[in-house]
Amino acid sequence: MPEDSSLLEIRDLRIEATVYPPGEAPHDITIVDGVSLKLKKGKVLGLIGESGAGKSTIGLASMAYGRGGVRITGGEVVLNGRDVLKAGKQGLRSLRGKEVRYVAQSAAAAFNPAHRLMDQVVEAAVVHGVANRAEAERRAKNLFRKLSLPDPDNIGKRYPHQVSGGQLQRVMTVMALCSEPDLIIFDEPTTALDVTTQIDVLAAIKDAIRDTGVAALYITHDLAVVAQVSDEIMVLRHGKLVEWGRTQQIIKEPRKEYTNQLVSVHEIEHREKEPSGQPVLSVKNVTAAYGGGPIDVLKDVSVDIHPGQTLAVVGESGSGKSTLARAITGLLPPKQGSVEFAGRMLPGRLAERTRDDLRELQMIYQMADVAMNPRQTVGTIIGRPLEFYFGIRGKERDQRVDELLEKIEMGHGFKDRYPAELSGGQKQRVCIARALAAKPSLIICDEVTSALDPLVANGILRLLLELQAEEDVAYLFITHDLATVKSIADSIAVMYQGSVVRYGSKSKVLTPPFDDYTDLLLSSVPEMEIGWLEKAISSRRMESAGN
Amino acid sequence: MGMVTRLVAQRLALGLLLLFAVSILIFAGTQILPGDVAQSILGQSATPEALANLRKEMGLNEPALSRYLDWLGGLLTGDLGTSLSSGASISEQIASRLANTLFLASVAAIVSVPLAIMLGLIAVRYRNRWPDKMISGITLASISLPEFFIGYLLIFFVAVKLAWFPSIATVYESMSFWERLSTVALPAATLTLVVLAHMMRMTRAAILNVMQSAYVETAELKGLTAFDVIRKHAFPNAIAPIVNVVMLNLAFLVVGVVVVEVIFVYPGMGQYLVDHVAKRDVPVVQACGLIFAAFYIGLNLVADIVAILTNPRLRHPK
Amino acid sequence: MFARIPPSALLGLVLTALFLITAVFAPLLAPYGKTEIVGAVWEPMTSEHWLGTDNLGRDLLSRMIYGARTTIFIATMATVLSFTLGSILGFTAAVVGGWIDQLLSRFVDLLMSIPTLIFALVVLSVLPSTVLTLVVVMGVLDATRVYRLSRAVAVDINVMDYVEAARLRGEGQIWVIFREILPNALSPLVAELGLRFIFMVLFVSALSFLGLGIQPPEADWGGMVKENKDGIVFGIPAALIPAAAIAALAISVNLVADWILNRTTSLKGGRGA
Repeated sequence: MPEDSSLLEIRDLRIEATVYPPGEAPHDITIVDGVSLKLKKGKVLGLIGESGAGKSTIGLASMAYGRGGVRITGGEVVLNGRDVLKAGKQGLRSLRGKEVRYVAQSAAAAFNPAHRLMDQVVEAAVVHGVANRAEAERRAKNLFRKLSLPDPDNIGKRYPHQVSGGQLQRVMTVMALCSEPDLIIFDEPTTALDVTTQIDVLAAIKDAIRDTGVAALYITHDLAVVAQVSDEIMVLRHGKLVEWGRTQQIIKEPRKEYTNQLVSVHEIEHREKEPSGQPVLSVKNVTAAYGGGPIDVLKDVSVDIHPGQTLAVVGESGSGKSTLARAITGLLPPKQGSVEFAGRMLPGRLAERTRDDLRELQMIYQMADVAMNPRQTVGTIIGRPLEFYFGIRGKERDQRVDELLEKIEMGHGFKDRYPAELSGGQKQRVCIARALAAKPSLIICDEVTSALDPLVANGILRLLLELQAEEDVAYLFITHDLATVKSIADSIAVMYQGSVVRYGSKSKVLTPPFDDYTDLLLSSVPEMEIGWLEKAISSRRMESAGN
Repeated sequence: MGMVTRLVAQRLALGLLLLFAVSILIFAGTQILPGDVAQSILGQSATPEALANLRKEMGLNEPALSRYLDWLGGLLTGDLGTSLSSGASISEQIASRLANTLFLASVAAIVSVPLAIMLGLIAVRYRNRWPDKMISGITLASISLPEFFIGYLLIFFVAVKLAWFPSIATVYESMSFWERLSTVALPAATLTLVVLAHMMRMTRAAILNVMQSAYVETAELKGLTAFDVIRKHAFPNAIAPIVNVVMLNLAFLVVGVVVVEVIFVYPGMGQYLVDHVAKRDVPVVQACGLIFAAFYIGLNLVADIVAILTNPRLRHPK
Repeated sequence: MFARIPPSALLGLVLTALFLITAVFAPLLAPYGKTEIVGAVWEPMTSEHWLGTDNLGRDLLSRMIYGARTTIFIATMATVLSFTLGSILGFTAAVVGGWIDQLLSRFVDLLMSIPTLIFALVVLSVLPSTVLTLVVVMGVLDATRVYRLSRAVAVDINVMDYVEAARLRGEGQIWVIFREILPNALSPLVAELGLRFIFMVLFVSALSFLGLGIQPPEADWGGMVKENKDGIVFGIPAALIPAAAIAALAISVNLVADWILNRTTSLKGGRGA
């Protein structure tokens, strides 16, 4: 086979599934509709799109695998010159695990909890006769080393639960590389990781691809991530191809409007406001622990939020940012320190706060679908704070609900709908309306956009900014996503292991010199620019060499 | 292994504690009558002398606590007390009946456990196709059937109409093993049918849970044979849930024995217990109740311990 | 909300309704009295006695109809008791938590470590055989299962963000329990209600069959199996009829409960909760 020949060619792929909606007859839906692609040896093609775009389904289809009742109903998948869809059971077995491997989003679930890592890593290589056991183990150890896993000679003796998430993801990549496949499907391999871990895994994957010359389909929803690893990018939406081109062209000169939206998703017009007058909320030296335990999850935290402004609290999982929200709302009374609202001390415990204290502080949650009672209509959900705080009932209440629905850019028709009938973005909008109904001075937004697709999340952020201007409400915006922070914050608090490590106005926090953690955090956020990863990694190496 | 040993020891100790608490509960259960137990046993027409005698015999003149301690002391030395109705030693009367019951329950278990697991596997293999649907339909029906309906149906058709097996399961000392086996065929079949459907459905759910996990998908995408996927990747993780299902159903079986023995007039513990409940023979009822409860607790204990032993997180702590 | 009712559930609904009507209007429907001797022992089915006569020469159909009344009445009463007791304690334990939860839960664990039938036999060996005793014993013992379910359901809902949102709004316990938790706990509990009722029917029938439940000459299905069981060995199927009736009632209710349960899970998009 000539060197430049195509490794994988998908022609006019059609994938369907049967759905069983409650109260309706089961029917077939099309998940992938006439998608074609070509991948040459040693090249990386990024598949990008929002949820429901069919990208994972296409990835698995290249192994002739359909998850949960998914059927490939048309087209061809040609790998190394053979039609995979016609390979038959025997043929498929000889191809899966040997010519093509799969790296799943959650390595923690994809590893068998009952076996040691090494047994699982070398299994396919040994079964397919690529190497004998000893040789495969030697190769695995080399790969462990290459992917900078700690203690590469012994990590294979561990069980999956004994290894951290980021490490496990790299072990899974080793598992894929171990049988020297021609193609690896990476299915959102870094999505579940914290941003500072993601960059290491990403770099490891990129190095491995370069060094072994394996081709890859890299599936993700994050354009900045895929721009670092792929030669070409294919944009998908609703199971159809939108645009396909070289990485440079897609991120710099997108031809389609949808691609353009994805590329410019974080560009929100927002001018930083100067802190003015008395803060609406002051957190003063708060220390808190769960259940009166000895481990402080918040350590001496102090921040101020000014009226009509946004304080973004940013940190990775376990940094204590959500705990801060619980301390402010009174769900977790602090051990030490105080929370002051408009200059007056708030009681630490929720039960001791007045109804008006509660009204002034509203909350919006990450998962909108569990933040609303599934048995209440949108009208009841939004109308209840009106009744509860202001005693507004009947016609007047309905009228106010209509106004609020208008504010969140949804029509009156939604009043009688149940949450289950709304899309993800609509659900979050209803939660915003519920918070606004109380006419609060401050809304705590806890990761409100992280469960949403980028374009939908963008819409929510824009709405929040508009409402802030109209209602003069302050936000405490908790997030792990620095790009979001940059677009909406007036001031920023960076949290790490329960402490605020950097705090101030946005421009101050984002301007060097940085402390170590903020530096690490900022330099880990992927930028939509080819070569960013290499730059970030090399500057990091230089720093650590300098130290 | 330190952690596992500790957990197993803890679980065993907890089982003993539970058994002790259950003995208190069973004893208390026979004391809850607001009035006089002797009166209730002998009825309204009893003579004062008879009442006084019975009270003395049952030790009713002593406080409940000292009676309980006496009873417990006896239990610990293997003395289950004396039957009120026959005056015989309960331990002696129970011995052969316990053996009969265990024989019946074992036969039923030996048939039903492999059968249920096999049918559960078939249901998973042909998921949402007709074998699966049929199995789940039968399950729905059979968990609604009382034991005596199944039992008398079998007697009516298999024993009376076809005369394949005896309708009454009498056993005696000189019977050979095969004669015994033929005698318990119908009661064992009834018990099997009682627990089979339930066990099958739970096995199906347990296996399905494992088969739908991401690591089984990983194994399939490694190109392993279906057999290897099951043997190496599904099976080790399915042991604990399946053992749990089996133990739970064997515990059902222990209870089902009571009714089935009465249907087939089989001389086991269940029949013995029911007879003496009707005779209001409290010491016998307490003894039998405790033995049944001990089996029930023991089976659940086995399931817990297997779950501890097969859990890699516990066997290999961080 | 108003999904089409599948045929199996429809069958279950119709049969359940028929059984209930029979139970309620028993005296109007039964052709003969419940203890009235109308013929010889174990007469075969005739146009006069549709199901034949029983071991004492009473009309079997009439006794079946009265039996429906007794069995369903006792099962219903015991279910009501078990549900009221179990769900109130379960919800309280879940919402209040703390030592009340610990105490109740450990006691329920203890009760559940003895098989229900065995413990019922132990208690019935000293208690008088009355309908009240039966209902109380069955209801209390079964309440343990309802307690476990309702506590588990309430604990699951209690940690939902919408319950937290209501608490943050300042809503009282009453609103939280009745407006936030209860509406979402209702479906699994209603399905469980059906299953508990079936269990009660089987339980009271088993006790009567063992001679420890309803006492003759009162008619109830389990007792009627016992009365007529000696005919079986002579090829007289009279005992099978009440046994089959118990099975039919249980299956009907099961079909309905199954449908409610399926509808519940599909409403929540299969996420359970």
